[in-house]
Amino acid sequence: MRIGALTLRILRQFIHDKRTMALMFAAPLLVLSLMSLVFGGDAYKPNIGVTGQAALLSEALAEHDAQVMKYSAEEEGVLALKNGEIDALVSMDGGTPKVLLEGSNPTANRAVMLVLEQAVGNQQPAGQAQAQGNQAEGNRASAHSPAQPQISYLYGSADMKTIDRFGPIMIGVFVFFFVFLIAGVSFLRERTTGTLERLLATPLKRWEIVVGYVCGFGIFTVFQALLISWFSIQVLGIMMAGSFGYVLLITLLLSMTALTLGTLLSAYAGNELQMIQFIPLVIVPQIFLSGLFPLDTLPQWLQRIGYATPLYYGAEAMMNIMIRGKGWNAIGTDVYVLIAFSLLFMILNVLALRKHRKM
Amino acid sequence: MNQEAPVITAAHIRKAFGSKVVLEDISLEVRKAETFGLLGPSGSGKTTLVRLLTGIEEADSGEVHVLGVKVPRLSLLSQIGYMAQSDALYSELSAKDNLEFFASLYGLRKERRTKRIREVMEIVDLQEHLLKKVNQYSGGMKRRLSLAIALLHEPPLLILDEPTVGIDPVLRKSIWKELKALNERGTTIVLTTHVMDEAEKCDRLGMIREGRLLAEDTPANLLQATGASSIEEAFLYYGGVHS
Repeated sequence: MRIGALTLRILRQFIHDKRTMALMFAAPLLVLSLMSLVFGGDAYKPNIGVTGQAALLSEALAEHDAQVMKYSAEEEGVLALKNGEIDALVSMDGGTPKVLLEGSNPTANRAVMLVLEQAVGNQQPAGQAQAQGNQAEGNRASAHSPAQPQISYLYGSADMKTIDRFGPIMIGVFVFFFVFLIAGVSFLRERTTGTLERLLATPLKRWEIVVGYVCGFGIFTVFQALLISWFSIQVLGIMMAGSFGYVLLITLLLSMTALTLGTLLSAYAGNELQMIQFIPLVIVPQIFLSGLFPLDTLPQWLQRIGYATPLYYGAEAMMNIMIRGKGWNAIGTDVYVLIAFSLLFMILNVLALRKHRKM
Repeated sequence: MNQEAPVITAAHIRKAFGSKVVLEDISLEVRKAETFGLLGPSGSGKTTLVRLLTGIEEADSGEVHVLGVKVPRLSLLSQIGYMAQSDALYSELSAKDNLEFFASLYGLRKERRTKRIREVMEIVDLQEHLLKKVNQYSGGMKRRLSLAIALLHEPPLLILDEPTVGIDPVLRKSIWKELKALNERGTTIVLTTHVMDEAEKCDRLGMIREGRLLAEDTPANLLQATGASSIEEAFLYYGGVHS
């Protein structure tokens, strides 16, 4: 009897809390569909540049689903590689294919090697048949069969581990996740414990509350950024090719964005649990679209959503610094975008506080 | 004292949340240096009314003037000492931290801040518990600390929402004595209560029920006009329940 009453009460509470209901049913569907899109995406199709004699390979490469670009000069190819237009540049040194990998993405590296192996394997018999007139050439090719391509890396190296690729992004993800939750919940508690109303009964201006939060938490996040960056690089030994100062800057800007977004969204949560409910809605999709998994295989519309998430820019900058060792030129835009996100969230929060006090 | 302009004038205030009308056509005046009590059961609209007087909430229609200024006005909030119905305290901080925080919001600096913190904690008899964390406070102690915070910046107008809930009778008496002393120094006090015997201590009373102001006068006049022997009877009379 009493258990029945209790069961009924809990059911009633659920029915009154439409948000929790929606989350229980809709969120798993959302996350599952995202996962299926991300993991079920088509196999990664590498973009391979060919130059010089290696142009002979282009048909075979294209047959194995690679996008092939031809470059007349090797320098042109290297430039395209640096700009991220291609994943690898293939040239010929005598009969041996020479492969220069972009290197920052292990998935792309593997895809390039796989396509190349298949293409070269196919090429051999065909090449021999065509080269009947030139016995010497044919002999040389068969002697080296299967021709071992010479591999070098533009960034990274053969022993670059998956964590080196994921690490820079995960630093961003964790910073974002925790700052978002903690700042959000503490701002929420301000409202549920009545202290926000009390604050609004003082001459404190609405924007002062928002800026106060940014400063208070900002100091905290400086230390957090320092600790996490140091730990990842020094203790976990994640590959670090660029400047520590830039890593700190990006980590800090990411926490600022998370902080301002968390405090903004807490205005739309009634209690701590509802704040937690934002995780699958706000955090998880951002992680999937941050570049942790290759975005090129995703549908266009999903990629566009990625461009609207702060984590995407943070992750991009972190990879440019830590894996590619790039400087301000590569991360400048990301820095400005992150600052713009923070400012936007702050302004929206000042407006959201109007709900509690108009002036 | 009655010749002076009223500290608060509210004219024909109406407030609704969605389709629920919380306050309907409320007009009242609070005079300088008096204690004006808003008496009514919970849910009668008292809290909404005091929030409207501070300007945290805005009326749908009607006007409120406080200290000669039309509400809402941000600068007015530094003239008001507000005590909310819920104890708006940071429970993980000590009482001193809480007091210092709010003192700073009102612009109290070093020496004056230290001095005022000592004074208000004496008024509410919590001076021994200054360094204690608020989560170790009892309900009554939290109420007193909230009152202390409202008194901090010596505002000319105090708006107190249920200030004596959960405070024991001995201390309640001493708090009333202090409120009267503040009146004598020129401080105007508006407070809400649902305790009938406390209402008698107010200089003037507004009886409020279901969002309407039933009557507004001194306790003595209210008793006389209704022929009632207690404030409770007078309240019933105005509420339309004739004995």
